[in-house]
Amino acid sequence: MGLLEYKFEENIILTRVDWFLNWARKSSLWPMTFGLACCAIEMMATGASRFDLDRFGAGAFRATPRQADLMIVAGTVTLKMAPCVRRLYDQMPEPRYVIAMGACTIGGGPYAIHGYHVLKGVDLIVPVDVYVPGCPPRPEALIDGIRKLQEKVQAQGVLVRPAHPAQNAADHVLEFGRMDAVRVKWDEKLKSGGLTPQDEDARLEEQKEKEKQAASKA
Amino acid sequence: MDLAILNQKLTGAFSGMAYSTAEACGQATVEVPADRVKDVLKFLRDDADLQFDMLLDVTAVDYPARTPRFEIVYILVSTERRHRIRIKTRIEDGRALQTVSDLWRSADWGERECFDMFGIRFDGHPNLKRILNPDNFYGYPLRKTYPLRGERDPAFLDYKETEPA
Repeated sequence: MGLLEYKFEENIILTRVDWFLNWARKSSLWPMTFGLACCAIEMMATGASRFDLDRFGAGAFRATPRQADLMIVAGTVTLKMAPCVRRLYDQMPEPRYVIAMGACTIGGGPYAIHGYHVLKGVDLIVPVDVYVPGCPPRPEALIDGIRKLQEKVQAQGVLVRPAHPAQNAADHVLEFGRMDAVRVKWDEKLKSGGLTPQDEDARLEEQKEKEKQAASKA
Repeated sequence: MDLAILNQKLTGAFSGMAYSTAEACGQATVEVPADRVKDVLKFLRDDADLQFDMLLDVTAVDYPARTPRFEIVYILVSTERRHRIRIKTRIEDGRALQTVSDLWRSADWGERECFDMFGIRFDGHPNLKRILNPDNFYGYPLRKTYPLRGERDPAFLDYKETEPA
């Protein structure tokens, strides 16, 4: 402390604002109650008494994304669930962090090649801070991931977040949009044969209309 | 479920209908023509000695080499009489079955799954749309003709399904 030593009353600690705010942030990471598959069981075990996530200040699982700092994506992200995951992430207030837990969320896991219904990695739709591999990862591994995230939080500036290859959320929306664009292309190709899901829907609508008309006549 | 009683009941109620019965692992299986399956199911539910009050599952099997391509399987349980039965019927691609969701509410989601995975239509169903796959999904993934790797499969570009009539 040098020059400042003995210039103040006792029991006053001097520190940097950055360090102090980051310390507060990393010591009360509130995860979202959000489980998709078997990894969620390990996540629950991590939160329960044996592994006790509360020791790291990260045990307060919130029931709403609006109160959460951390999204632990625990489990297989199916194509049907993917837009919901993205929406939940969008509803979280900044600063927000994402842990991809387990093989499925990292890159599709066992569904990477032959899964027609699984998103090949949650980092296609949300920026991921820490990857925790395993199938499913042990609670110790998840705790390690949270410790790693805490190190990351401690190292960041308060006003400027450090550059992150997956930081720009818009890129990820585009990435996700590209899958849809590919779909649209395929749809166009298939439409030449008169065979798209949209056509099916239109047909169903027509059928309903006819039924309504028939019912009103009768 | 005793096959003798079942045969007696079915011949009594549906004279002239061609059907076959079999027993495997202690469970009776009846195969009936597609146009009569709803009548048979209704009879099995309402008959005082059979009382099949619960529909466990509606599912399908794809046999691409057979001429009626799909086999629809209904699994019934009687909680009153403590017996169960498996009803099968065969249907060609593009043909529709009558819904049984008005007989058992559980048929609603079972038939939707059948539609989602196999593209089998059920006439009279209250809400026949995809249940497990996203709404903009193309194709019926449990058909044997579906490309193994889904949309990323190069074969997907050539994958076409005939639309169910």
